[in-house]
Amino acid sequence: MVDLSVNFAGIKSPNPFWLASAPPTDKAYNVERAFRAGWGGAVWKTLGEDPPIVNTASRYGAISYKGLRVAGFNNIELITDRPLQVNLDEIKAVKARWPDRALVVSLMVPCTEDSWKNILRQVEATNCDGVELNFGCPHGMSERGMGAAVGQVPEYVEMVTRWCKQHTRMPVIVKLTPNVTSILGPARAAVKGGADAVSLINTVNSIVSINLDAMAPEPMVDGKGTHGGYCGPAVKPMALFMASEIARDPECKNIPVSAIGGIETWRDAAEFVAVGAGTVQVCTAAMHYGFKIVDDMIDGMERWMEQARYDRVADYRGRAVKNITDWQYLNLNFKTIAAIDQDMCIKCGLCHVVCEDTSHQAVASLRNNGRRYEVIEAECVGCNLCMHVCPVEGCITMKRVDTGAKPLNWTQHPNNPMRKEAAE
Amino acid sequence: MAADNRDKRADDAPDIASGRLDAARYRAHFGDLHPVLAREQALVEANRCYFCYDAPCIEACPTGIDIPGFIKKIATDNVVGAGMRILEENIFGGACARVCPTEILCERACVRTAQEGDPIQIGRLQRYATDPILDAPKHPFARAAASGKKIAVVGGGPAGLSCAHRLARLGHDVTVFEARERLGGLNEYGVAEYKVPGHFARHEVDFILGIGGIAAKTGHALGKEISLAQLRRDYDAVFLGMGLAGVRALECEGEGLAGVANAVDYIAQLRGAADFGALPVGRRIVVIGGGNTAIDIAVQTKRLGAEEVTLVYRRGADDMGATEHEQEFAQVNGVKIRHWAKPAHLFAGNGHVVAAQFEYTKLDGGKLVGTGEKFSVAADMVFKAIGQSFIAGPLGADALELENGRIKIDANFLTSVPGVWAGGDCVARGQDLTVEAVEHGKRAAMAIDAALRR
Repeated sequence: MVDLSVNFAGIKSPNPFWLASAPPTDKAYNVERAFRAGWGGAVWKTLGEDPPIVNTASRYGAISYKGLRVAGFNNIELITDRPLQVNLDEIKAVKARWPDRALVVSLMVPCTEDSWKNILRQVEATNCDGVELNFGCPHGMSERGMGAAVGQVPEYVEMVTRWCKQHTRMPVIVKLTPNVTSILGPARAAVKGGADAVSLINTVNSIVSINLDAMAPEPMVDGKGTHGGYCGPAVKPMALFMASEIARDPECKNIPVSAIGGIETWRDAAEFVAVGAGTVQVCTAAMHYGFKIVDDMIDGMERWMEQARYDRVADYRGRAVKNITDWQYLNLNFKTIAAIDQDMCIKCGLCHVVCEDTSHQAVASLRNNGRRYEVIEAECVGCNLCMHVCPVEGCITMKRVDTGAKPLNWTQHPNNPMRKEAAE
Repeated sequence: MAADNRDKRADDAPDIASGRLDAARYRAHFGDLHPVLAREQALVEANRCYFCYDAPCIEACPTGIDIPGFIKKIATDNVVGAGMRILEENIFGGACARVCPTEILCERACVRTAQEGDPIQIGRLQRYATDPILDAPKHPFARAAASGKKIAVVGGGPAGLSCAHRLARLGHDVTVFEARERLGGLNEYGVAEYKVPGHFARHEVDFILGIGGIAAKTGHALGKEISLAQLRRDYDAVFLGMGLAGVRALECEGEGLAGVANAVDYIAQLRGAADFGALPVGRRIVVIGGGNTAIDIAVQTKRLGAEEVTLVYRRGADDMGATEHEQEFAQVNGVKIRHWAKPAHLFAGNGHVVAAQFEYTKLDGGKLVGTGEKFSVAADMVFKAIGQSFIAGPLGADALELENGRIKIDANFLTSVPGVWAGGDCVARGQDLTVEAVEHGKRAAMAIDAALRR
């Protein structure tokens, strides 16, 4: 029997699907609708000091890709624009009504110990399950020395994390910005500061589009625009990479990770769990389709776990980490070549033209009784570009070629002037 | 019972009446069958295109339009660029978007047909791309420097106007001679109204003439107001694109009765009608034939309010000239299609047709023969749609060589007479499609241009 419940850094949740700190978690009304829909937890939209900030109209930009709307999403909304006490009262009431759900509160205050000490005391009184330090917000707040302005400086990350650990009994999750050269700098700083967990990624600095009539970026506020935070399906690969970096790094000491970044389906979520995530956080997908999407996230993950024979999320958490390595350790003697299933081929010719124009001239375009595309095995390097462009799933596959050679990686390769001698 | 009374009445006098439907119904029946796609629909459809290499759809298009190329432009909102890509190859891109049997041409070749039986709607995308250019105030093509050459084009249909436009583009001065009152050919006179509704055909002709350098002389028929011999003397080159003027005969008794008509004539009458409600149509219609004209007359009489329309074809469904899609369209519109029967006798009542008798047919050693068994269908009107034929008489003494009853041409559309080119339905090539006629005209124009500049 599959059990999706998790204990994340001491925070219990009936399933690993949380709503990220964002517009969907700004009010009790939204959060309770989410809990009714089945979400396991929510990170309340970031609280700050009074007076509240002011937001703009418009706030969002989106990428439509070939008719698919919101393939990438961007926002210039800031933290909550409601008075602190209103939020605190609602958080307390929601937690009291939904004791089984994980309710974490996101925080962002100026970089002084008193500011953090003060707000932590007030948040603790709501009986919420933990706090998330917003060190990631890339716009607006960072201009005021908060958000990403803290998250991009490891020393600040460590310092603020330490203050928070000193001034609260609650678990402290540090939310990381991807707008850094390496995620490991701030991640290690959070670990050093004593963080109970990290969450990542926050949004990526971005301008989604330029309106060529107005000659201004979208979203536009009275004719001008600013960079915002990019999220949605487009950022998932970056988030997967950064989460796996933390999972692989000994200095991060297996710190629990709450993964964020383009997660829309149970499969996305499972992939993040496979690289070590304990929970996942979702925002854009909910903002695109509403809270009901969690139904299939739960159902789909349960069914997949059942057929994969995993009873609990922890049973497969981090299972892919050992297979994520550095390039230099990949086996250079491993060979594959493309194979085209002629019965499935619909003769679009894309395999030929992309190989001919941009790769290795390894797919021949023939005409005998109609079009025919054939792999020239001697020229095929196994790059698999043709497989990706083929519109028929399964028509082009990569077949392993047994070279008879023993595995050999770059560290051992004769072409590498700095190779290590192969162990006898 | 009322029905019995009506049947009885049919024995005495034909039930032919106008105004069988209300005005709203006529509008719905003869409005645009496939309205232009909205931008959102066009983008979804355009993005389904795989942008194939060596795309099969291009090869399937008689005019060789760069279909993936124009579709990609639609996807980037470069709609005018898309339309121009079409019109560069096919100046009748607008008409072809509406009347082409895409299900046997580009859309059948579309790789998505092989993949999932659901091709890109190329015809509808073509209309989306060409409509804005046809509606724009300025003609998009410029003419080359004047050549000083004059060319006569006989026939103002797709072949002739395609030829004239390309010649004008190349810098020549063209005079188009058209026997009928208006230019446009079958687009104007011979296509089902709902395929090319309103005055689109005229709109398109105006667009094509917009290039300049084309003088149109309507009411000029070859063999009457003009002669080939005279045109050859007065012009540097002649293009013949007069189509098929003859209608094949049934060769059965009763063919001359009142109420028996050529489908093409009735369609022409319908297309010129200001008010569909004023057109008299029988209660029971019999259509004889199996091509697109048969489908067009059958569906249109049904849509005018005929109660029973029976289309009878002498062979099987696979042999019909109308595509499977067209046959299905007729059936969806309530036309009853009967196969394997040939007309035997048209019966009269008071000098007017009242019924058509058919004899069942079968193949006997590859030859179609009557079985002797017969059936009759009551009819207030009988339409002949068994094909049209080329009438060579008007060509005069300059006897052109014929092939299978039509004008013989070489690979460059040159006839057996020097200085005379020909294309479209009047030549022995192709399947009599609009899109083929356009291609013939275009290629003949380029051959004429090459010959005149030699």
